[in-house]
Order: sequence, then structure tokens, then C-alpha cells
Amino acid sequence: MTAREIAAAVRTGARSARSVLEEHFARIDVREAELHAFNYLMREQAFGAADAIDSAVARGEDPGCLAGVPVAVKDNFCTRGVPTTCSSKILEGWTPPYDSTAVARLHAAGAVLVGKTNLDEFAMGSSTENSAFGPTRNPHDPSRVPGGSSGGSAVAVAAGFSAIAYGSDTGGSIRQPAALCGVVGVKPTYGSVSRYGLVAFASSLDQIGPFAVDVGDAALALEAVWGYDPMDSTSLDATMDSLSDSLDRGVAGLRVGIVRELTEVDGIAPEVQARVAAAAEALSAAGAKVDYVSVPSVSYGLSAYYLIAPAEASSNLARYDGVRYGRRDAGADVATMNSATRDAGFGAEVKRRIMLGTYALSAGYYDSYYGKAQKVRTLIIQDFARAYEQFDVLLTPTAPTVAFEFGSKTADPLAMYLSDVCTIPTNLAGHCAISVPYGTAEPTSGATLTSDGNPKQLPIGVQVLAPALGEATMFRVAKAIEASAP
Amino acid sequence: MTAHEVSRGYEIVVGLEVHCELATNTKLFCGCANQFGSEPNTNICPVCLGLPGSLPVLNERAVEFALRVGEAFNFDVPERSVFHRKNYFYPDMPKNFQTSQYDEPICSEGTLDVDGVTIRITRAHLEEDTGKSTHVGGDGGRIHGADHSLIDYNRAGVPLLEIVSEPDIRSAEQAARYVEELRATLLAIGVSDVKMEEGSMRVDANVSVRLVGATEFGKRCEVKNMNSIRSVRRAVAYEAERQIDLITSGERIMQETRHWNEDDGRTHSMRSKEEAFDYRYFPEPDLVPVEPTAEMRSLVRSQMPELPAAKRERLIDAWAITEHDARVIVDVPGLAEYAEAAVAVLGGGTPKDIVNWLTGDFLGFLNETGTKLDDSNLRPAGLAELVGMVVGGSISRNQGKDVMADALRSGEAPVAIVAARGIAQVSDAGALSGVLEVVFAANVDALDAYRSGDDKMKKKKRGFLMGEAMKATKGDGNPQLLNQLLDQMLEAL
Repeated sequence: MTAREIAAAVRTGARSARSVLEEHFARIDVREAELHAFNYLMREQAFGAADAIDSAVARGEDPGCLAGVPVAVKDNFCTRGVPTTCSSKILEGWTPPYDSTAVARLHAAGAVLVGKTNLDEFAMGSSTENSAFGPTRNPHDPSRVPGGSSGGSAVAVAAGFSAIAYGSDTGGSIRQPAALCGVVGVKPTYGSVSRYGLVAFASSLDQIGPFAVDVGDAALALEAVWGYDPMDSTSLDATMDSLSDSLDRGVAGLRVGIVRELTEVDGIAPEVQARVAAAAEALSAAGAKVDYVSVPSVSYGLSAYYLIAPAEASSNLARYDGVRYGRRDAGADVATMNSATRDAGFGAEVKRRIMLGTYALSAGYYDSYYGKAQKVRTLIIQDFARAYEQFDVLLTPTAPTVAFEFGSKTADPLAMYLSDVCTIPTNLAGHCAISVPYGTAEPTSGATLTSDGNPKQLPIGVQVLAPALGEATMFRVAKAIEASAP
Repeated sequence: MTAHEVSRGYEIVVGLEVHCELATNTKLFCGCANQFGSEPNTNICPVCLGLPGSLPVLNERAVEFALRVGEAFNFDVPERSVFHRKNYFYPDMPKNFQTSQYDEPICSEGTLDVDGVTIRITRAHLEEDTGKSTHVGGDGGRIHGADHSLIDYNRAGVPLLEIVSEPDIRSAEQAARYVEELRATLLAIGVSDVKMEEGSMRVDANVSVRLVGATEFGKRCEVKNMNSIRSVRRAVAYEAERQIDLITSGERIMQETRHWNEDDGRTHSMRSKEEAFDYRYFPEPDLVPVEPTAEMRSLVRSQMPELPAAKRERLIDAWAITEHDARVIVDVPGLAEYAEAAVAVLGGGTPKDIVNWLTGDFLGFLNETGTKLDDSNLRPAGLAELVGMVVGGSISRNQGKDVMADALRSGEAPVAIVAARGIAQVSDAGALSGVLEVVFAANVDALDAYRSGDDKMKKKKRGFLMGEAMKATKGDGNPQLLNQLLDQMLEAL
């Protein structure tokens, strides 16, 4: 059942929110122990919320567009009275006294929160292996990663634990795990969904977005949370074109550009390149004009990102010092206590990025690192603007490969960072992008065999990029791709 | 000359950094009350506590106040200014960075005229205040050796405007006068209550010295912890002399931060620049640039009150009062408006009479009783009545003082008090002549001395006799008439 079907059934009283929730928890009870999608399950609160929705329907009230829809949120969304850990030991014992705007809007739309999902610590990673509470496993092959950092949310949807889920995407943290888990993932335009209550990783790049089983649900899920919020100064006060209304308008006449620098280059697996080419052909067959386009500066995206994101993170994460909340490790004086707390509380990847970022902002290095990275960012924005003079949307792979095996990249941070090479430019530009499942492939090495002796097939995602506030067109193209998916 | 002080061949060079808390209703980036003296940690929320996930939203009123400051000190207020993060760890700073402004402040290149000398002001920028730590146990309230520390975050996020002057100040007196003038102006434009003792205005001084005629600056020391204008004057003077002492005895000045101690009247070394932080400034990604609209600018311009310097000049011209009196009238908030209201309904006497009564007994009473001007029982119309009665001669000056004290205490109108108590100046020539006869009879020696004495002695004895006569009337005698009668009687001796 899609989220659209659930909401429709619950709103009309055809299904009770409780029975929908029971189905989802039944699946959770079977597979959660193996997959570890959640840091915290909100079973009791969820059934309470479901019952409240059923009573509202019984009274003739409309609980909202997500009535009774089971939803999972990444454990870096503040939830009033529910622990929020960011998968870090440093936030041990902390319970936020307030709801993030996204969570408040979900409650207002009648959604039922089932739990807080696992992530790479503070959203830093591409495999969910950096969680302090253990990794999440890919439901298509539990020996492989689900991607990250929003791996738990991707798995929650892929495994049917929740109808939709939300994550945050700083450099690909929604789209890459969506691709690896075979679900739809959206990174909306920067500023379209309020960041208030999203624990910051890199403020100028972070953006909340949904996971869903199909494009239609993704549209519904995004529309439930987006829109201006006075609590977020970077929130866009703009009219958003309805997504659900225009989904089925087709792609006839739309111009689609395949980004050469992110598609037919070394490092993108041939089976992934083949899927992008197939999606392009399908769009062409549906009436779109498809051509190649060059966006030269995106090649520097990864380098710029690994200066800007750690720089902002080094400042954002300074507040975890043991003084006010979370963990505290004893020290003889304040500075020693601060160091002891941060040493014990943060994992290796978080420490690596804090050091990178601190260095990039240091006196004497600012201009050559942070300053230069910001210039690259400007170049990328300009290059995209030129591309969008000729094209309505752009097409690329979402991730360079299918889901990889646990531990295969943990020893080599650079190899891990390359997982996001196709997704990062969108964050740097502040634009929107969506990953749509488009067939499967067997991995080039180490394939797990199914019971009948064939290598397990793993999902592949293709990515549609659009300029800021170009979501309506982007969703139309995504819908057309989905319709032609193998 | 106070504006340019030279000591032992060295001139003093001072630049001042003034932090003033803006008197907005709420904090700089959240809706918490901006209030001094609340119970600890009651004016706090996720934003000013820097809780994970919280985001700042700029208080528009603080921008408006900064624009007023821009107008008052002839600042350039650019189309766009930017907030930066200043990164360093301190327990009373919730995010371990301070949201401040760096290379694109809201106000740049202003000026302030101090006694005819133009002091350039480099910049004024907005930033958030920190919380306040209290160290319990150990060595007298200091963090080292304390048993534990308590932090009150009520002040965290309170808007501050940091106003930084160029090193244009050349004496301790001028430094004090700069702060005085700055404070009066900030008060007049209503952006801060500028109480140095409560910390809503904090002054740091960068002090150096150099040989007269030198073009390069000497090594400077930053002096902190001056809690009054008087201590600014003392601290700068002390620090300059300390540096001259060092140089003349062949030693070198260390660039460092020094702490002014009010009790021993000295500055003490706090930390040297070698321990300086690398603040790793970068643009605050959670805020958008500050871009005051044309409407906001013109609104601010239209609401600007008359500034203290202009007001003083106008009152000196219009009322023929002294610079000193003008300063007193203008510096006390609301007093100039009070005086103008009294002058407007003045029946007899001059504006100067009003000013004299205000700067004398009136302010004395307010200060003694801690009464606010707005709460004072004697209103401008009452004061005008009182002055009218004294100048018109129906009551004496001394009687006037009593009536004023009574009016301030009771709230009754001066005319009513005079009528009820039957107060009147004795202007009856017969009665006053009688008084003088009694005084003459009681002071035969003085009369003898008058008769035989030279002009100087005559003047002295005349004064004595007048005083005795005034005393005998208990101050109620009409002084003009009494003088006239005294002269007649002395001539007739």
C-alpha cells in the first residue's frame, strides 16, 4: 500500500490507522533486529497517535494529507520528548524540549511517527557504518551497506517499516541510500523545507527531504513538510508549484541534458552508466529532447565540498562540550573536561572532519581553502545556470556503484567520499534533485548468491537534477522515468 | 590643554572599544526577553541556549537601532552587511561561537565631535552577548580553583553594538569626554540605557604612547574593566604613565591585555597576545545578509531626535545659559524637555531662572530620594509658577526653596502651598525699618567700625549687617527693599 492509498483509506474510514500501523510493526518485528534501521522505536507513541487519528475520523474530522501514514524520521530531527542522538555517543541522554518544524508539520498532517532512524554519526558518511550504535543493513543484501548517511530511513521504506521516511541530504545523504536501497529519494531546493530542529552538519548544504516507494508518494511527502518557516532565516518565502497535480503531465517537449562529467567517466560502474543511458532513451521515447551537456566545474565539486562542509561542521559541532547537555567526561578543569568529552563522545570520522574544517578556516589558510572552495561553488552555480539555459532538467547517475560490502571503504576515506561525487554538486548549488530506482544489476565483485545460485541483483538509481524551485518539472521527469523502469 | 596631553615628551594615543547592550524588548536572534536582573536561566529558549537544531532569526529592531546609531554618528550604512561566526570555546557561550560581524559591519566610518575635536569611529557592529559565569568556592570568585561554576544564560543572545574608534584620542580627559558624549548620544536616541555599572555599556581602551612628532604608533595595551567614566579617565592616565615609565627606563612595552583595578588604581597584566585565539571567522550560514530597506532607513531618519550636542548649542543660544548648565540639562534624560515645557508657560522670570532651579534644588532632591524625573511631583507648570512668584517678589528665594521641597514631597501646586501656609515675603518698609533698627542697636561695634573704616571695611560691615537683618526676618524679607533701607540708614548715621 502506498502512502497515498493509506491516507485516502484512513481519511474515508475504510482502514483504521491502527490496523495500518499494526502491519508495519509486524514487518519491523520480523526484520528490524537484522537490519537495524532504527535507533529508537516509538511503538507506544505511534499507537497512541494512530488511535487519536481514528477517533478524529470517527468524529468526522479530517486528520490531514498524511492521515495514518506510518513515517520514520532520521535521528537528527529534534523530537520533543523523544531521544535524538545523531547516532553519536556525545548526545547520550539528551531529549530535545522541542519539535523540529518538519516533525511538527508531520504531526499536523496526521502522520504517525514510528521511530528515529539510524545514520552515520552527525550525517557524516555514505554507508551508515559511522553510527556509534552499529550499522544498518541493506534489505536487498544484508552483507552490504544501505548507503548513507540516511541509511536507516532508506531501509525503513525499502523494508516496509514505514510508508515514507525523511532524511537530510548534505552531499547526497538521501539520494545515495535511496539509490542503493531501491527507493525514491528527494533533495529539495535549499530553503524549501525548514531546517529548524534539524541538527546541523553543514548549514549551507543541509536540506531535509523524503524517501518513498514511488514518485507519487515522494511528492505527497515533500508537500507535507515544505514551505516557508519564520524560524529558519534561510527558508524560502516562495510559492511552490504543486507537485501532485502536475506529476502526470508527461515529458513531451522537455529538454533533458545528460551531464557528461558525471556519467561517462572513470569511477562510474558500467552497469550504472547503462541504466542512465536506458533512462535517457525512455525519456526520448516519451517525447523529451535528450542531449549531452557539459558542466565542467562539477568535477571540482567533491574537493570544494570537503572544505566547505567540514568547515561549517567544525563550528556547528563546537557546542558539544559537556557543559549543557549530553555526555560529560570528567576533567580537572573546563578545558580538560571539554576535550575528554569530545574525545570520548565523537567517532573517528567526525573528528577527522572537525580537524579538516578547523584547518581550512585557520588564519593564513582561509583564502587558499575555504575561500577558494566558495569560489568553486560560485563557478558550479554559474555552470549550472548555463546548462539550464538549454535544458529543463539534467540526468546523471545517483551513485557510482551499486551497494558495496561492509568494510570495503572504511579504511579509505577518499574512496568513501567518491560515493557522493554525483550528488554533491546539487547541494553546492542549492538546487533540487531526485533519485529514482531504475532497474538492478549484479555487483562487479563479491556478489551474494541467491538460493537458486544466481548472483543477487542490487538496485540502481538514476538522478534528475533541476534548478532551484524546479521541483514540479523534476517530478514530472521522475514520474516518466519510473513509468519506464524495468 | 586636556585634548592633547603631553607628558615627559610623550603623547598619549588612545582608541576605545565600547560595547553597548541594545535596549530591544527581545534578544538578537530569538524571542526571549532582554531583561536585566531576572531569576537566572528564566529568559532562555532552544535558540539562545544553542540547543542542537536551533537556528537564529535576526531581531529587526536591533537593526533599526543600529541604523539610528548610523545616523547619530554619521556612519556609512552599506546596502548589505554580513554576520560571521567568531569561533572559540567558553562555557558561558552556548554554541562555542559568537555570532558577530567581521569585515562587513552594519556601520562604518563615523565620527563624534568631542569638545570641538573630531574623533573618527572605525565601525559599529552587531553581535550577541554571552551568558554570565559565577564561580563558587576557591579563590575569591575566579574560575581557577573554584569548586564549581554556575552559568546564567539570561544574557546569552542579548544584542550588543560594538563601537570601535580610531586611535584619535590624545588624552585621558578626552577619552573620558568621548565616552561621556557617546553615552549621552546613545541615551538620547533611545538605543541603550548605557549603564556602565550594570554592564550595559562596557569600555575597553587601547592605550599607547609615542614621542611627540613620531608618526608610528607605539606598542599598545588593551585596558579592560573600567566601570565608570571616572575610571576610564584614571585608567588611561595610569596606563600611559606606566608605559612612559617603562620606556624612559629603557624597557619595552609588551602588547597585552591589562585589567584596571579600581581599588589600587593600577592596571594589571591579564594575558599577552602570544596566547591570542585564532577565531576562524567565516560567514554565518544560518543568517542571510542584513539589507535595510529604503523604507526602514527613511523611517529611522524621520524618527531621529535632536542630538545632545545640537540641543546644547540651541539652548545656550536661546536661553543664555552656560555650557555647563546646558550639559546638565541635556545629559539627564527628559530634563531638557521638562525645562522646555516650563519655559513655555513661564509667567515671570527667564529660562535661565528655570534652569537654575532645575540644576540646583530640583535635581538635588531627585538624586537624594532616587525619584525618576517622570515620577516627580512637581511638574513643569508648577515650576514655572514657583519661579514666577520668586521673581515677582511675592515670596523670597529661600521661601521658594521650601515651597519646592514641599511640592516635590506632597505633589501640591506651589501656589496652593503658598496660600495654605500663608507664606509671603515681607515687603512692608515700616516693618523692615523696624528690623534694621533692632539690628543696629544690637551691633554698635559693627556700626563704629563702619563709620571709621575705609571702603573695604565699610563693604564688609554692610554685608554683615544685611546678613543679620535677613536672619532676623528668617529669610522672608524682600532683599531689594531691605538693601535700599539699609543704605538709607547707613547714610544717615
